[in-house]
Amino acid sequence: MTFRRLATCLLLSTALAGPALSADLRIGLLDDADVLDPAQSRTYVGRIVYAALCDKLVDISTDLQIVPQLATDWTWSDDARSLVMNLRQDARFHDGEPFNAEAVVYNIERMKTLPESRRKSELASVESVAATGPYQVTFKLGKPDVSLLAQLSDRAGMMVSPKAAAASGANFGAKPVCSGPYRFVERIQQDRIVLEKFAGHWDAAAYPLDRVTYLPIPDSTVRLANLRSGDLDMVERVSATDAASVAADASLKSETVIGLGYQALYVNVANGARADNPLGKDKRVRQAFSLAIDRDAINQVVYEGTQAAGNQPFPPESPWFDKTFPVPARDIEKAKALMAEAGVTSVDIQLQAANVPVTLQAMQVVQSMVAEAGFNVSLQATEFTTLLAAQSSGDFQISRSDWSGRLDPDGNIHQFITCKGGQNDVKYCNPKLDALLDEARTVTDPVARKAKYDAANAIMQDDLPIIYLGNQSYIYAFDKNVTGFKPYPDGLIRLRGMDKAE
Amino acid sequence: MTSYIAKRLLVAIPTLLIVSVFVFLLQKLLPGDPILALAGEERDPATIEFLRAKYHLNDPIVWQYIYWFRDLLHGDLGISLRTNQPVTELIAEKLPVTIQLAVLAMIIAMGIGIPAGILAAVRKNSALDVAANLVALSGLSVPNFWLGIMLILLVSVNLGWLPASGYAPLFSDPVRALETMIMPAFVLSTPLAATLMRHTRSAMLGALKADYVRTARAKGLSPRVVVLEHGFRNALLPIVTLSALLFGDLLAGAVLTEQIFTIPGFGKLIVDAVFNRDYAVVQGVVLCTAVGFILMNLLADVLYVLLNPRMRAAL
Repeated sequence: MTFRRLATCLLLSTALAGPALSADLRIGLLDDADVLDPAQSRTYVGRIVYAALCDKLVDISTDLQIVPQLATDWTWSDDARSLVMNLRQDARFHDGEPFNAEAVVYNIERMKTLPESRRKSELASVESVAATGPYQVTFKLGKPDVSLLAQLSDRAGMMVSPKAAAASGANFGAKPVCSGPYRFVERIQQDRIVLEKFAGHWDAAAYPLDRVTYLPIPDSTVRLANLRSGDLDMVERVSATDAASVAADASLKSETVIGLGYQALYVNVANGARADNPLGKDKRVRQAFSLAIDRDAINQVVYEGTQAAGNQPFPPESPWFDKTFPVPARDIEKAKALMAEAGVTSVDIQLQAANVPVTLQAMQVVQSMVAEAGFNVSLQATEFTTLLAAQSSGDFQISRSDWSGRLDPDGNIHQFITCKGGQNDVKYCNPKLDALLDEARTVTDPVARKAKYDAANAIMQDDLPIIYLGNQSYIYAFDKNVTGFKPYPDGLIRLRGMDKAE
Repeated sequence: MTSYIAKRLLVAIPTLLIVSVFVFLLQKLLPGDPILALAGEERDPATIEFLRAKYHLNDPIVWQYIYWFRDLLHGDLGISLRTNQPVTELIAEKLPVTIQLAVLAMIIAMGIGIPAGILAAVRKNSALDVAANLVALSGLSVPNFWLGIMLILLVSVNLGWLPASGYAPLFSDPVRALETMIMPAFVLSTPLAATLMRHTRSAMLGALKADYVRTARAKGLSPRVVVLEHGFRNALLPIVTLSALLFGDLLAGAVLTEQIFTIPGFGKLIVDAVFNRDYAVVQGVVLCTAVGFILMNLLADVLYVLLNPRMRAAL
């Protein structure tokens, strides 16, 4: 009798423990997330965790359309100064609090007023937000801004529990309470972030995994070794040099997707004394520099063909890419002719790049390519924080930098190239371009909006204060028993439909 | 003895002050702006201004130090710019991890280094001595990160015996803790074991030549007693001092090993902090390391006295 009871107990406990263990997905991240508060957070890896933890008003689809999440539908007013959103009525926060129009108003106001908030510029156009029904909110904008929807598809649109946020204030990140399909369990800095399934989620049935653990492992060799040994089920941002060995491994699967961002050379055209050089002063010299680069060769040689060669702030697959300016082939004769036209034969120039091996390799390839057109490039490998400071203070001639990319085209251009742009480190200023990019913010019709960006692109391709080189890809590797993973161009890991077979 | 220890601790205070001033100045000499690193990709001007004011970065450097020192007297090491966590909390979280790793590495290093050193000294110039020296030399020369990655590939990926990386607290999950710690501790211990072996060997060679050892041998004592109780007991002093100092080194951060095996310890904390110009964390960790170093030095001196009766009179 006692034995049978014991056996039943054991059986029961294994039956209970079994599935819980089997459906625990362990994901290796390139870096540790910063503070887990959507209002304060700034790291990319943080967003990967939010994809499971915090639902947003709207989400994006794999083909970059904006789709409903906590908002079911929305309408713009004709002047693009008012946005009405209807909300889902069956959503709840992890602490049981209801999600409704008042919660949205609280969240947007928190993002706009919390002193520590990093979302202020993203929501700068929002003048006020009001609950115009129990499940309807209306955004009033100070100036037309159609990029607002794209902002609401990211951290600025993540809804946290008003009750929890009011209780913890700026310390919310220690124990975040959102409304996503998984809720926060624990976090050990630089070691792991653990989430478990939230049964009260409106779409809970579509999330078979019971638990997900994110482990930051910065070394890519070690991250991959952990995957191969079975300690991890999935890793993000596999380095391009490892892509071939992952593909050759029968126990692993991989996915690659071209992201929203770009890799570029920022040419100092007017930021202080260091702009005073032929490249900074004469657009023909910049055109020559750009034409001397074989973008596809860099992709093939340095990045093993995993990235996309590019010449615009958007990847060639993007609907915003301007097809009248295809990625140029290398044309060394034309480059030399442009140099002659500008009256220079040889240009000494310094190029600073982050001291990451693969970036430096790519720049060495550029160095030897442009040498043929008469450029003597001296490479300066710089630690990233130092590079950032040098770039913003104008202490550079050419700076090699990445932008991780935004869904809305505005986020990839406006701040970098308009006269007063917050990240206009090259200090390029062209009122005609400013006018086009400002107008593009106000046009709700995508076709008319695209025409504005195409006109802006024509100016940028001619002046070339920023020389675009290509577009980064996100490479994932996972165990072959992980199913249902779909890559998105923003690189985030959405767990909907993902499962792990034993 | 107590008054000796108290005196030594008092002398440590100015040392710590100088350390803190130095670290503070050195950090300010680093190029790069912590706020740019912290403001995020967008570098929103309002955010930047707010952060600068919040962390007193607009104030003269002397004032910044005074603010820090004032908080220190209240037991507050400041707030991490990067994670918003109090530095004391971060240290309390990471220090036990590194101590756990360091103690295990020390045990392994002593377990290998001391017996190997004794054997090499006793069988001086034999094949065993040459072999021990060769192993010690490779232990010192093989880079930690290389050995670590090779071990992960062999033990975890190919053989599947141990987890490739990670960490578990010793008291809540001792089995898992040992599984995850044994490889990094071994990697960390190799240069220590080699250093200990070399020092044990030379100390033993010195001791074994001494008159009292010859007397002991002449008395007809067994070789075991001669080597261990007469030779080793006397050779022990420099080894103890060295071990305590090496342990201090370990606490200063097994940076590479922690990075490779992704152990959330002190080394990783300080590297991340330096790269992000997280001033308060660097400051707190270095100060804490300096305290650890001073304590280990003191411990070495106390042990020295305890082990060497001749020294007791000197106090």
